[in-house]
Amino acid sequence: MTTTRNDARTTVEVDQVVRRFGDRTVIDGLDLTISGSEFVVLLGPSGCGKSTLLRLLAGLDRPDGGTVEVPTQRAIVFQGDRLLPWQKVWRNVTIGLDRAGAKERALDVLAEVGLADRANAWPKTLSGGEAQRVALARALVTEPDLVLLDEPFSALDAITRLHMHDLVQRLHQRHGAAMLLVTHDVAEAIALADRILVMNDGRIASSYDVGLSAEDRRSSQAREDLRGDLLADLGLAGRH
Amino acid sequence: MTAVLEAPVTAPGVERAVTRELFVPVAVSPSVVRRAAGRLRWPLGIYTTPAVLAVLWQVASKVGWLSANLAPAPTVILHAGWELYQRGELVPSVETSLGRAGVGLAIGLVIGVNAGIVGGLLRSGEYLFNGVFQILHTIPLLAILPLMIVWFGIGELNKVLLIAFGAAVPMYLNLFAAIRGVDHRLVEMARSAGAGRLRLIRRVLLPGALPGFLVGLRFSLGYSVLGLVAAELVNADQGIGFLINRAQTYQQTDQVFFGLMIYAVLGLTADQIVRVLERVLLAWRPSYEAS
Ligand SMILES: Nc1ncnc2c1ncn2[C@@H]1O[C@H](COP(=O)(O)OP(=O)(O)OP(=O)(O)O)[C@@H](O)[C@H]1O
Ligand SMILES: [Mg+2]
Repeated sequence: MTTTRNDARTTVEVDQVVRRFGDRTVIDGLDLTISGSEFVVLLGPSGCGKSTLLRLLAGLDRPDGGTVEVPTQRAIVFQGDRLLPWQKVWRNVTIGLDRAGAKERALDVLAEVGLADRANAWPKTLSGGEAQRVALARALVTEPDLVLLDEPFSALDAITRLHMHDLVQRLHQRHGAAMLLVTHDVAEAIALADRILVMNDGRIASSYDVGLSAEDRRSSQAREDLRGDLLADLGLAGRH
Repeated sequence: MTAVLEAPVTAPGVERAVTRELFVPVAVSPSVVRRAAGRLRWPLGIYTTPAVLAVLWQVASKVGWLSANLAPAPTVILHAGWELYQRGELVPSVETSLGRAGVGLAIGLVIGVNAGIVGGLLRSGEYLFNGVFQILHTIPLLAILPLMIVWFGIGELNKVLLIAFGAAVPMYLNLFAAIRGVDHRLVEMARSAGAGRLRLIRRVLLPGALPGFLVGLRFSLGYSVLGLVAAELVNADQGIGFLINRAQTYQQTDQVFFGLMIYAVLGLTADQIVRVLERVLLAWRPSYEAS
C-alpha cells in the first residue's frame, strides 16, 4: 500500500509496527518518525531487532501489524558488502540505475568515495573498506531520500572507520538524504548522529538529540554525559 | 566471569624451544635451471602421463610383452590411421561423426539451456520440466538405445536424438540447480537497489549461474561423445563407429584402436574447450590454484 501524505518534512513515519517470528514478537508496537534529512543512529543490544526494523523500512519484509511509510527512493547498505563478484566495480554501482549515462554517474559517485581508480577492478581484489565504500556508492548513486545503513563499518579497523565517518558525513551534507544508521558503537553514534535512539524490548526506549558541535562531539563534558547515559541505557553502565 | 590465566610455568634459565618459519619473496624469474627443471617435470602438462604410458606401451610391444593381436604398438596404430587416411576413408568418417555429434549436441543444448533457464527462473517452469528431466535422468543413456532404434529406425535420426538426449539432461539439471543456488542475499540486494526483473535476471541470476552452466556443459559434451559412440557402434554404415565395427569383423585390431583413439581425442578436445571457457568466463572468481 502506498500513500502520499505530501508532508515534505516527514521522511519516515512508523506507527505501532509489529513484527513476529513464529510466536516471538521481536518488534512490538514501535513508533518512529524521521524528518527532513535527519541523521538518526540506532543503538541497541544484539538481537533486539535493529536489523529487523531496517528490513521493514527497506520494504524487504512486511510488518505483522501497524504501518510503515517510507520514501519510494530509498537505499539500504547491508552489513556485508553484498557485491556481485562477477561484475566489475562500476557495474556493481549501476545495478539500480537504468537511465542513460549510468556509467558516468557511477564513476562520479565512485570518485566521491575515493575509488575512481578502482572502477574497473573485480570485487575479489578489493579490501574490506574499499568494498564497503563501493556498497555506499551503490546506495548513493540513485540519489535516495532515505539511506538505511546496517552496521556498515563494523568489520573495519578504527582508522578506516574514522575515514568512513568523515565520508558518510560529507555525503550526508552533499546529498541531503535522511540517514538511519545501526551500530553497536556508542562513539560512532555520538560522532555522526543528529539524534540517537536506543532500542529495547522491541521498542524505541529512549531518544537523545545531539546538539553538539563537531568539536564538542570529540571531547567535552556534554559528550561524556551523553556517553554515560547511552551506556546506562544499554545496560553497560560502570563497565567502561 | 573470572578467568584465571596462568602463565606457562617455565623453569628459570630454561629456553623455550620455538620452531619458526622464514618467508622470502618468490623469485620473479626463476633461474634457468629451475625453469628447465619445471619443464622437465611436466613437459606436456596434463598430457605428460598419457604420453609416458604410450612410450611404455611402445617399449612393451617392441620387447614382445604385448601380443600384436591384443594391443598393437602405438606406432602401428598410427600407421593404420595413416592408411585409412590415404584410402580416403578417414576424413569422411570423422566428418560424419562430428556432424552427428554437433547436430545432436546443438539440439540437446538448446533444449537443456532453455528448459533450465525457464525452470530455474519460474516456479511454473519448475513444475513443468523438473519431473520429466528427473525421470529421464534416472534412465541410463545406453538403455534407451534399443527403444530409439525401434522408434526412429537405424538411420541418422536415432543417433542424433540419442546424443541430444545425452546432452540435454545434464545441462537442464545443472543449470536449474545453479540458478536456484544463486546467493539469495545478492538477489535481495539487487531488488532493494531498484533493479527490475529483467536486470535481476541479466546481471544477477544468469551470471551467477555461469559456473553451474559450465559444469553442465562439461557433462553434456562428455555424454554426447558417449551417445555418439553407443549409437555408432550399434549400427552405422559410415562414421568412426562404422570403421571400428568393420575392423573388428576383419580382426584388424590396429584400426579398432585407432577408432577408439579418435573418440578419446574428441572427448579431450571437448574438455579443453570447457577449460578455456572457464578461464575466460570465470575470471571474476577467486578460486584455489594448486601448487
Ligand atoms: N528470519 C528470521 N526468523 C526467525 N527469527 C529471526 C529472523 N530474523 C531475525 N530473527 C530474530 O529476531 C531477533 C532480532 O534480530 P535482528 O537481526 O533484528 O537483531 P539485531 O538487533 O540486528 O542484532 P545484531 O545487533 O546482533 O545484528 C533475533 O532474536 C533473531 O533471532
Ligand atoms: Mg543486525
